[in-house]
Amino acid sequence: MDTVFGMDAIVFWIIATMAMVNVTGALLGTFLVLRRMSLLGDAISHAVLPGLALAFILTNTREPFPMLLGALVAGLLTVLLTHLIHRYANVPEDAAMGVVFTSLFALGVVMITRVASHVDLDPGCVLYGVLESAALDTRNIAGMEVPRVAVTLSAVFLATVVFVVLFWKELKIVSFDPQLATTLGINADRVHYLLMGLVAAFTVAAFEAVGSILVVAMLIAPAATAFLLTDRLHWMTLIAAATGILIAILGRNIAAVYDAPVAGMASVVAGGLFMLAVLFAPRYGIVARRLAQVRLGLRISGEDLLGLAYRWQESGARASLTASGALEAAGGGVVSRVALWLLRRAGLLVKSGDSVRLTASGEERASRLVHRHRLWEAYLAKHLPLPDDHLHSPADRMEHFMDSDLQRQVEEQVPEPHGPSGAPR
Amino acid sequence: MSGPAPWLAVLALATLQAVLFALVGADRLLGWVQAACASAGLPYNTVMVLAGSGLLGICSAVIGSYAVLRRRSLFGDAVAHAALPGIALAYLIARERHFFSLLMGALISGVLGAMVITWLRQSTRTRQDAAIGLVLSVFFGLGIVLTSAVQRDPSGAHAGLEGFLLGKTAGLISQDLLLIAVTSANILLLVWLFQKEFLLLSFDPGFAAVQRWPVPALDILMMTLLVAATVIGLPAVGVVLMAAMLIIPGVAARFWTDRLAALLPLSGVIGLGSAIAGTYVSSIREGMPTGPVIVLAAAAVCLFSMFAAPRRGIAAGVLRRLRMQERVARQNLLRSLYELVEEAPDSAVTAEDVAGKRSWGVADALKLLRRAEARGEVRRTTDGRWTLTDLGLQRALDVVRAHRLWELYLVEQASIAADHVDRDADELEHILPPEMLHQLEDRLKQKGRWPEDRVPASVHPLEGVAGEGR
Amino acid sequence: MTATQEKALAQGAVAVDAPPLEIHDMTVAYQRRPVLWDIDLQLPEGRLIAIIGPNGAGKSTLIKAALGLVPRASGRVEVYGRPIEKQLSLIGYVPQRESVDWDFPVSVLDVVMMGRYGRLGWFRRPGREDREAAMDCLRKVALQDFAGRQISQLSGGQQQRVFLARALAQEARLYFMDEPFAGVDAATEQAILAILQELRSHGRTVVVVHHSLQTVREYFDHVVLLNMRVVAHGPIEEVFTEENLRNTYGGRLPLLEQAADAVQRRSV
Repeated sequence: MDTVFGMDAIVFWIIATMAMVNVTGALLGTFLVLRRMSLLGDAISHAVLPGLALAFILTNTREPFPMLLGALVAGLLTVLLTHLIHRYANVPEDAAMGVVFTSLFALGVVMITRVASHVDLDPGCVLYGVLESAALDTRNIAGMEVPRVAVTLSAVFLATVVFVVLFWKELKIVSFDPQLATTLGINADRVHYLLMGLVAAFTVAAFEAVGSILVVAMLIAPAATAFLLTDRLHWMTLIAAATGILIAILGRNIAAVYDAPVAGMASVVAGGLFMLAVLFAPRYGIVARRLAQVRLGLRISGEDLLGLAYRWQESGARASLTASGALEAAGGGVVSRVALWLLRRAGLLVKSGDSVRLTASGEERASRLVHRHRLWEAYLAKHLPLPDDHLHSPADRMEHFMDSDLQRQVEEQVPEPHGPSGAPR
Repeated sequence: MSGPAPWLAVLALATLQAVLFALVGADRLLGWVQAACASAGLPYNTVMVLAGSGLLGICSAVIGSYAVLRRRSLFGDAVAHAALPGIALAYLIARERHFFSLLMGALISGVLGAMVITWLRQSTRTRQDAAIGLVLSVFFGLGIVLTSAVQRDPSGAHAGLEGFLLGKTAGLISQDLLLIAVTSANILLLVWLFQKEFLLLSFDPGFAAVQRWPVPALDILMMTLLVAATVIGLPAVGVVLMAAMLIIPGVAARFWTDRLAALLPLSGVIGLGSAIAGTYVSSIREGMPTGPVIVLAAAAVCLFSMFAAPRRGIAAGVLRRLRMQERVARQNLLRSLYELVEEAPDSAVTAEDVAGKRSWGVADALKLLRRAEARGEVRRTTDGRWTLTDLGLQRALDVVRAHRLWELYLVEQASIAADHVDRDADELEHILPPEMLHQLEDRLKQKGRWPEDRVPASVHPLEGVAGEGR
Repeated sequence: MTATQEKALAQGAVAVDAPPLEIHDMTVAYQRRPVLWDIDLQLPEGRLIAIIGPNGAGKSTLIKAALGLVPRASGRVEVYGRPIEKQLSLIGYVPQRESVDWDFPVSVLDVVMMGRYGRLGWFRRPGREDREAAMDCLRKVALQDFAGRQISQLSGGQQQRVFLARALAQEARLYFMDEPFAGVDAATEQAILAILQELRSHGRTVVVVHHSLQTVREYFDHVVLLNMRVVAHGPIEEVFTEENLRNTYGGRLPLLEQAADAVQRRSV
């Protein structure tokens, strides 16, 4: 059996081909997702069908070049028609897109059906793709058996990389602010149509291997995943590309285990990776946000306990503060219990019998907190006409969020607050 | 507006039907239809197919129109793709092609897909377009994986699942068609019941909320109806083209009417017509899939509407623009002639004079002058120069008056210009309605900025001049 | 007093001495960033009340949060002494003109009729008396001749008047209007003002988000100066002073912005 880099040649080419599909899709998709045009990929990938059919009917071959050309024309036509209908017939953009691509796809199916009796151009393969058999259809290049699809794909892949590198600055500006781009003398339209042309070329080169649905998945999923992980464009591009490669490897191997179609499995894997990002992304992930909320709740509760103990001691109350009383005053529940435990572990509070008391370091920490609280209270009293029965909530809240910079600025604006702000609460 | 009343009504409706259905049974019901067809001399199978696909066409067009108006056109596309894994899974569980379970599977995974889109948009950083595309491709990918498992199923009988991709009404039996027809009818009934509520929800959800309508619940209801319409459409039209059934009729109907109450039935008619046309063509042409033909029929109607519709159509727009250009050129000519004779008390001018005044080419000026001559607004003097006729003078005066009034008003109080009519400011003076001119005049007169004698003053010398030319 | 309002009174929906609107301790945050801090307001009955403040001060947000259209982080809102959620039938609302799609296929009369939907309840279609009531409201804004027009064929000022007519059709006691004077011509502005004054003469309370300082004194009785917090509120002659205006517009509290930043940053 042939091997490439010690791997089964067919396996290698399946993974390599798909990796090229995914990385190209990720690069182009980054800009589609950022510009909220993800669905143009969907539209184009369906609408290329009549272009393919026409190219086939005219040339009567399945040579890649005429097919590519036909599809490219149909793809760009989709973009253009969507734009024209939106602009001149006053149809909402998403509806215009829906009308155009479904009509073109229907036209393509009918055209193929009319000549289908003697062709193996199957509309179903447009949807699924048949990577497994496409990997067998090889050409001999420089002494190596290379699948035909891999040849066309690598051309599109290279073109995309060159495009992204050459037009990096323009793409960046156009993605964030097309109007600004125009005022800076960048031709937003030209960059737009170049991008659309590449998306069309990519769709055509890729869909034979992986089908139009995986094309859509690869244009959106890696970029959307990367969008959850970073705010920087260059990182987003790189992460999207890496995600694309990961999808190729995992997709092929999992498909092999379950004997499932590679393309379908790859889009499931893409969805899975996206969900992982949704859950575990460091900043925008759901788990991270939940954890941050819990941590914030614990911190606020702990700081409330410290402040309470401090005020208690400050007021010179004879009786000692009971743990249960403190917990109740700090909101009660599991959160304040855990917060109390954390404070004791950090050596800020000690519990003797049922009463709690600040340690020396706890007292220092608490005094800073209470100081911040009173500062903010004084600031608000100066600037907000709040009635007497007011609940003190903003001051209560703000002390937990104030950093040293903000504190310094507040200090400049209000006279140093002295003494207790009121009875112990 | 809170409380369970509407939901109880919907539940009662469903229960009533279930009871009736249980009492009568599908077979007896179909028997009646068959007997009715026989006595009317109609082909039973054709009637069933047409009734099923026709009702389906109406219902997807109607519920889809709301989606188009709410800028959610491609939502239906995602839902249709998201239904595939449900179909495959239902098949894997039922181990046979049981139509009702397949559709239930489709409904469940379609609703799930719709919910995921909403959830991604609301609780993560993902935007709507990416959420739609993700659900579409990932669910469909899962569908492909599951379908391949179905096809490996040794028990065989997996024929029919491919039909869900591009649609095939020929594969449907009477019981299937009955289910499609009944579901469509129910969706239409609910849309009719909630007409007022859906209108408010689509036009101004914020206002609806202030009026205590349960906006989220209504939204979910509308979404569920959309998914249901999509699901029953899948066997006939297929996953890929279902979106077209939802979008195209509404878009086409919008060209012809400005009223939702007319748009919904009209889109229904377009949906019905295309569904019947598609079903018919695919039944007489061997191997022609139903879905694409239906979509092409609808697309043809849409294309026609887009060009030919009386007010919103492209042809009407082009015509309007041409007429406007013509009007502007005519008025500019009249004004130039008037101003020329006003400046120099020389009654007749050459085409070169006119061209110089407006930065037109001499040939263009000549063409305009000849057209004005045909209308009797100007005439040629014996030495080949041009002069205004009485009619032309009268019209020129109106134009000049409007122009100067407008100029003065813009200077006086520009705030009216920006928002009063949203058209090019240059074009405004050419389309000012007479009432507004009078208003302007009155207001300017009140402020003493439009002397009572201003227009007559500029008229008299001209008439004198014109008199000499005769 | 209309029948609904008498009914409301009879049912105890309207406490006799309670103010039409009382906002207590309301804080509103967008994505955890506070945009309104501790709003405390009590507005008097039968007045025209302007909410003014610079761009980004949270004027529209105040109205929307009071109505429950955007979530409140804390605080409560009462209308005639009961939570606003239970009193929505007493409220009329004019949203910002840009909040809807004016190409939507409905006629002017259809939109005004929406004001009657609240009292119609589920499934009932508007009948003849609803049409007549809606036409009356259209007449009040001098748009009766436009009843059958599609809404996109109206000018900005006319669209604003349609929204006003729809709110009139709600026959409310307390009106919230979000920038009703924005982008309208002088004639429409006078027409809208006349309607507000008529509402006041019938004892209605109207809360208006307003953007033009020049006309505040002329149009309104009562003013709320807002910039992320209430700077001052009360009768025009007491509150609409140069110092208060400076505090609202010039003397922004940059620290509130920074504090909002800090809250957003540290609470993720």
